[in-house]
Amino acid sequence: MSGFINSVAKPIMAGFGITGKRLGRPKVTVFYPEEKREQFARTRWRHFLTRYDSGLERCIGCSLCAGACPARCIYVEAAENTDQERYSPGERYAVRYEINMIRCIFCGYCQEACPTGAIVLRKNFELADYKREAFIYTKERLLEKYPGEADAPWIGEYEIVKQK
Amino acid sequence: MPKRVETLVLHDSSTPVFDGIEKGGNVVLTSLDVLVNQARANSLWPLTFGLACCAIEMMGMVASRFDVARFGMERFSATPRQADVMIIAGRLSKKMAPVLRQIYDQMPEPKWVISMGACASSGGVYNNYAIVQGADQVVPVDVYVPGCPPSPDALIYGILKLQEKIKRGRSGSFKELRLAESLTGARTNEQVNTLVDA
Repeated sequence: MSGFINSVAKPIMAGFGITGKRLGRPKVTVFYPEEKREQFARTRWRHFLTRYDSGLERCIGCSLCAGACPARCIYVEAAENTDQERYSPGERYAVRYEINMIRCIFCGYCQEACPTGAIVLRKNFELADYKREAFIYTKERLLEKYPGEADAPWIGEYEIVKQK
Repeated sequence: MPKRVETLVLHDSSTPVFDGIEKGGNVVLTSLDVLVNQARANSLWPLTFGLACCAIEMMGMVASRFDVARFGMERFSATPRQADVMIIAGRLSKKMAPVLRQIYDQMPEPKWVISMGACASSGGVYNNYAIVQGADQVVPVDVYVPGCPPSPDALIYGILKLQEKIKRGRSGSFKELRLAESLTGARTNEQVNTLVDA
């Protein structure tokens, strides 16, 4: 009988004891589709191309982002602005701007390389899709307004340090 | 009985593609389809196929913070015989590709594949001689999840997309996909489009 208590009953009670103790603790599970956890401050996910307040695009088609990209997933094709058709304040604009979202590793180097703060990475992580073609984000899709207030250009970290 | 009219169209002189799969209406069996799809979508048993760092996020998805058991994916299967969905987590090297294919073949029907992360989906930064540029060159992929690595909630979003796809589809449609695949050797995008959009 004591063998039964020591080898069966006691371990079961100890196990359920832990379960009972943990029941009172706060729950850690994030119920994802219904509620979203707050992403970290510098989370990098979906790219957006930003505009100036005047509506002109920030991108000047310099291809520095494509040069900085370690995965070679950005394709930029530039064209000259004319007075009749003006897309950006500079001489040139990006007539084609494509990101292969499936090859991108979200390192943020494009954002760091951009001289005008045109390409920014935001916190939209819901990017999964069924077909490969859906992952070529064209300029039209990238120019969508970011849902939220954070449409401001990205400031480099050293500038934030300087402001203090 | 529902009628299923299958026509094989040879459009490229070599690649057979199923064209216009019609299905006769039957209230009872259509409702059964919905029921079967619900059952399948809500008890997906994933196969652990962690190849690289994405596997850590996959484990994070299983742990209590994100808790994929809420979607009926409680049991991560280490054997392909009892798995429904293969999550390819990480870069797939060319040496690993035949192993992946064999394990995929050992999974029972119906089976789905999630390609997790940039490397599994397209090769990512590893555009070199050793890495397969996209797992869909080896197995038919149902959902691609971009990210390097995708966070657990991004992967859960991919799983929700897969559940949507399963619930939307006809319960027998995977048979045609498998048949097309066995005829051509690989599933092309056109085949997927014609079959999935139908």
